[in-house]
Amino acid sequence: MSQISVSAGGALGNARVADASAPARIAVRALNFYYGDFHSLKHISMDFFDRQVTALIGPSGCGKSTLLRTFNRIYSLYPEQRAEGEILLDGQNILSSSVDVNELRARVGMVFQKPTPFPMSIYDNIAFGIRLYEKLPKSELDGRIEEALRKAALWDEVKDKLRQSGMGLSGGQQQRLCIARTIAQKPEVILLDEPTSALDPISTGKIEELIEQLRSEFTIVIVTHNMQQAARISQFTAFMYLGELVEFGPTNKMFMNPSKKQTQDYITGRFG
Amino acid sequence: MTAVSDQLVASNVQIARRSSHHTSDRVFRWASYGSALLVLVVLAGILGSMIYGGWPAFSEFGFGFLTSSVWNVGRDQYGAWVAIAGTLTSALIALVIGVPISIGIAIFLTQLCPSWLRRPVSTTIELLAAVPSIIYGMWGLFVFAPLFAQFVQIPVSNLVEGLPFFGTVLYARVPSGVGVLTAGIILAIMIIPFIASITRDILDQIPTMLRESAYGVGCTTWEVVRYVLLPQAGVSIIGAIMLGLGRALGETMAVTFVIGNANRLSLSLFDPGSTIASRIANEFNEASGLHLNALLALGCILFLVTFTVLALARFLISRVKVH
Amino acid sequence: MDATPHQVSAAAAPAWGRVRRSRQTADRALKVISTVFTLLGIAVLGWILVMLIVEGTRGLSLAVFTETTPGPGTEGGGIANAIVGSLVLTFLGIVVATPIGVLAGTYLAEYGRGSKLASMIRFVNDILLAAPSILIGLFVYTLMVQPMGGYSGWAGGVALAIIAIPVIVRTTEDMLRIVPGSLREAGAALGAPMSKVIIQISWRAARSGMVTGILLATARIAGETAPLLFTALNNNFWFSPDLMGGVSNLPVTIYQFALAPYENWRELAWAGALIITVSILALSVVARLLFRKEQAR
Repeated sequence: MSQISVSAGGALGNARVADASAPARIAVRALNFYYGDFHSLKHISMDFFDRQVTALIGPSGCGKSTLLRTFNRIYSLYPEQRAEGEILLDGQNILSSSVDVNELRARVGMVFQKPTPFPMSIYDNIAFGIRLYEKLPKSELDGRIEEALRKAALWDEVKDKLRQSGMGLSGGQQQRLCIARTIAQKPEVILLDEPTSALDPISTGKIEELIEQLRSEFTIVIVTHNMQQAARISQFTAFMYLGELVEFGPTNKMFMNPSKKQTQDYITGRFG
Repeated sequence: MTAVSDQLVASNVQIARRSSHHTSDRVFRWASYGSALLVLVVLAGILGSMIYGGWPAFSEFGFGFLTSSVWNVGRDQYGAWVAIAGTLTSALIALVIGVPISIGIAIFLTQLCPSWLRRPVSTTIELLAAVPSIIYGMWGLFVFAPLFAQFVQIPVSNLVEGLPFFGTVLYARVPSGVGVLTAGIILAIMIIPFIASITRDILDQIPTMLRESAYGVGCTTWEVVRYVLLPQAGVSIIGAIMLGLGRALGETMAVTFVIGNANRLSLSLFDPGSTIASRIANEFNEASGLHLNALLALGCILFLVTFTVLALARFLISRVKVH
Repeated sequence: MDATPHQVSAAAAPAWGRVRRSRQTADRALKVISTVFTLLGIAVLGWILVMLIVEGTRGLSLAVFTETTPGPGTEGGGIANAIVGSLVLTFLGIVVATPIGVLAGTYLAEYGRGSKLASMIRFVNDILLAAPSILIGLFVYTLMVQPMGGYSGWAGGVALAIIAIPVIVRTTEDMLRIVPGSLREAGAALGAPMSKVIIQISWRAARSGMVTGILLATARIAGETAPLLFTALNNNFWFSPDLMGGVSNLPVTIYQFALAPYENWRELAWAGALIITVSILALSVVARLLFRKEQAR
């Protein structure tokens, strides 16, 4: 399946067991990435499995966010950044110039470090993304919005103020609004770029719970600085350092029995 | 004992030094305080001199000064309406033409322009603001107006002749190229660098992450700009536009060259007119008595209008910065 | 890995090609229109410069810089008196404006931080920055020309100074504000009084920005015409050393000559227009480059 042998964790009897028999949703092949002349991702190859949470960890500047930002080609907003190699989404190379990047981004949703509600009502924040790609009758649209808000565990808090501005919500609520906005588009993959780094512990807990539930429907890739978070919510973990993929495997194995010394050192806090 | 007296001497020296510090410190402080107050004094002085100088005209003609369209130096009868109408019309034309172009330029600079090209293009646009007003006047009169007469005024006048409304508004009795519309176009060019560079700065202040997340849901650049960036920038863009309006209302030399300086009211945008500023520039040096007072009264009106517009602009722009 | 992984029913992939044509059209229209508008702006600047070079070089000769402005119907002549007069008036204006502007900006950034008075002054200054320059001419006319009984270079200099002050206040304040507070604290911790901290630390740190502001203010007033119409006026002679009476200057000379019926006057106006525009644009560009270079260090 992939060049990284993954021992199916039969011995680990919990719900967060890694399922490497799941098909690969995203397959990265020989990916190199450049910021101008700076070579920031070096020959990365790895798979992201269907309906599994994969955490990318590593010290600042190791390239984990850069890798994440290639999956929806958001980097292409900046002409000096470029990627080489292949990223297959369901077998199709999304780095190919024939792919419509806007549509790609509707298929691969992204949530950022800080909440980014659009300057419109809560309702429109979610309807906006849906309307870009689907023409739905009002009743169906309302249904989709409610469904997205329920999945994001925000419905009960906002159902009476859907017409109010999204900017008036608390930070944690705004971030859940952004998640609702993303899942309302029914993407195949959700990218989370340190989604809890600007939130308090209670909001963080809610988002983590949410990620756990979303796994039943979506393939999730999360960049995090917080190793406990990676251990709590992910099935697979990739450790990156200086633009290289050092080790990739089921989270349990990575944290309990890493095969590389560098991984061990990072996880035990000896550097980074 | 000696140690103590040494200390005393030392501390006396220090105190002496400190008090000389103290004096220069105070002088500096008061000098900067006074200079800052001078800014207020200048503004008050401008207003005061206009009211003082214009008062005889206001008291002579009363409210009718604003509404009368008579401006007759021979009979000493003065009304501001023609100049007010010309000022407002030319400034509004400038906004109608200049605002879309300015916003387009700001969008180009912030969203489309490759980073290596951004600085040279930005600087070029900003240099439009450095060109002296009188040069715009010469360009407008000697280069633009003849072309405008030949390729716009004459064909359009022929086209609309006899039509209701358009036959009046867009008909040139004498297609000389100068007139209220020409002034509006020149003013549009002159306010573009101001509106464009402020709008560019406002768009730059919007967090990258918001822009990226708009692209992240699959928006095209048009949708990012239309539904996310412009609404987010909101009132501060209106502030930038008001600032442009303030500039257009008070612009003098360029308008004086191209507006035709007519004293009568015409409904046609192709006809010559005059603005408050152009009338002052044209007549002030030959004016005396009530004529002079009437011109200062015009200045007073211009001051109040531009002050209001610019104050509003400042209020709108600064509110967003806090936000 | 296989080319196609097993299809997953729960999140079956929708077909590609869902971006509606109308969205693409709107997007392309925006990109084309904003690019065209930008090109238009650049083209107008280019057009004005070409016009100035074509018309201006025709009248350009050594006499332009050595002879005084000709009287009506007189052949030849130059604009030497107007050029020198403009230099004097601009210099006068900037010499008056610089200390006032710098000190006022210093008050706003250092002493008046957060005070109501400072924010009011800042507000008023921003309005003066964009206020019609002709009103400043009228103000100085009633302030100086009327009481002194005649036009003078002093009045012209003061009018130009009033236009330059807000520019200098604004740039000085902006530049002082980006000086880190820790620098000031370090100075104050050595026991330096506030004025010393400002002059020797804040000003020094903000120097290049403040100089840029003064240069930009110079560029701004050098081409001003309207405020000089009623203050320094203009004439065809060398101005008297006491600067009383009219002082010939370039902008007003251009204004009067450009619309005159004499061919040599019009040629001189174009030559003057070329000289003044090139000088001002060069000054603006130099100010920016200077600032950028300093910032890069």
